[in-house]
Amino acid sequence: MLDVIHVEKTFNPGTINEKKALNGINLHLDEGDFVTVIGGNGAGKSTMLNMIAGVYPVDCGSIIVDGVDVTRLPEYKRAKYLGRVFQDPMTGTAADMQIEENLALAARRGKRRTLRKGITSKERKEYQELLKILGLGLENRLTAKVGLLSGGQRQALTLLMATLKKPKLLLLDEHTAALDPKTAKKVLDITEEIVAKDNLMTIMITHNMADAIRVGNRLIMMHEGQIIVDVKGEEKKKLTIEQLLQMFEVASGSQFTSDKVMLSK
Amino acid sequence: MEIFSQLLNALPGSVSQGLIWGIMAIGVYLTYRILDVADLTVDGSFATGGAVAVVLILNGCNLWVAMLAAFIAGLLAGAITGLLHTLMGIPPILAGILTQLSLYSINLKIMGRANLSVNVNQTDLLISLRWVKDFAVHNPLITVGIVLALLIGALYWFFGTEMGCAIRATGANLHMSRAQGINTNFNKVLGIMISNGLVAFSGAFLCQYQGFADVKMGQGAIVIGLAAVIIGEALLGKIFKNFALRLLSVAIGSIIYYIVIQTVVTLGLDANLLKLLSAVIVAVFLAVPYWKRQYSQTHMKKWKGGKAHA
Repeated sequence: MLDVIHVEKTFNPGTINEKKALNGINLHLDEGDFVTVIGGNGAGKSTMLNMIAGVYPVDCGSIIVDGVDVTRLPEYKRAKYLGRVFQDPMTGTAADMQIEENLALAARRGKRRTLRKGITSKERKEYQELLKILGLGLENRLTAKVGLLSGGQRQALTLLMATLKKPKLLLLDEHTAALDPKTAKKVLDITEEIVAKDNLMTIMITHNMADAIRVGNRLIMMHEGQIIVDVKGEEKKKLTIEQLLQMFEVASGSQFTSDKVMLSK
Repeated sequence: MEIFSQLLNALPGSVSQGLIWGIMAIGVYLTYRILDVADLTVDGSFATGGAVAVVLILNGCNLWVAMLAAFIAGLLAGAITGLLHTLMGIPPILAGILTQLSLYSINLKIMGRANLSVNVNQTDLLISLRWVKDFAVHNPLITVGIVLALLIGALYWFFGTEMGCAIRATGANLHMSRAQGINTNFNKVLGIMISNGLVAFSGAFLCQYQGFADVKMGQGAIVIGLAAVIIGEALLGKIFKNFALRLLSVAIGSIIYYIVIQTVVTLGLDANLLKLLSAVIVAVFLAVPYWKRQYSQTHMKKWKGGKAHA
């Protein structure tokens, strides 16, 4: 379970660049919920994810993951509960380290790091099997530096790392946005597969409305630091892009403007 | 011909110094290449290691215990820099400069004066430059060589453990490290500590080798360390991929550095110009990769042959 309770965040308060990014957000997720998040530029989507992950402290409100109040925990301690994939394929992996080393780091998320071996031969075999499932040919390149991989391969690897130790909550911040359409589809397919297999509670930001409607069991739309549309279950399945745009106009009183949102399939 | 025999004669000394400074350069490698921080603490902690070791040796302390104490003093110096950076938010270069400056006073306090000698005739020492041509264990080439090999082995093991991997990840990608639950601040401090521990350990060797500790003995150490790292990478980077071999290449870089220095001095270069020469060499080597990138950006290959338009 996830509870985000009246979280507010203002960047650069008291300056000319003051920006109210989150305006008292409330969000409750149940076990196994897969929520897609859409919204225009500066709506607060990424900020919300970063607040949950602990990248910045909240101004007020609280965040509760699986019954644990994590509001005051630093980012690295919250990592115990969270799996994260970022928009930039460079962010989620260490380029100078080997594929297997990256995975081994992720396998120890939330555990104390001791003087035991950083990677065991038993793990290597497991990773090989897991990489095989991705179908990207990485299973024979365990000792290759991650910097040699393509953006799509790196995102798929980050996804595997984020879910290697089953997280309480998976946070996907436009993780297919930097990829070409074909690779984006592949990474999204892998995402759905992994989430379904472990029944992971997931929040996925996307700029692709069709994906937002098709994927997951719930859709929220954000505007000016607030959640203005929240559609679940059957109602979400029947949603069309036109309806979504209309809902946005009704809820926000303005046109949906985003240079990124793709209306087409 | 005379110069050649002079050089050959000086070779064991240069290699010994290279080995001693090689330990120091490995410390610099850990911060500069693994943690991606240029840590200037080393100029101070090198002398701290020497000061601690000499004072203890003069007070009749066991030699290896004195070496260990120097290592621990280095760890503490590194911890100060690390905490200035992580706890007080001071940029790493400035944090290192602050520690380096304060260590100057601390080193004076440890020694009681600016220069303290240990005479090999009166005191038992691990190594001395007088023994560079002896065929015995106390020959610096052998003692320092063995210690260096053991240190490389220990570092290779440590950076393969969960803890060591966390330090490497911290240097490689902060975002990813935190997302994978790594306490990046703790690992930065730990990395800088280990680095300075090695640097101080090396300082403890050097003062026994040269027979004195001096409050200024670490001046410019960072530049020598960087020179060793860069020379090692330039010569052996293509063939040495394994971590232990990379550390070895740093030590080899340090040896080559000292042979080169010895050569130019023998050829008649004014010894006062040595530090200038070192700085220029490092500056040029640091610039080369940048120039290469610039060149390839402004000099695209011209398309040759055939018609330009279909």
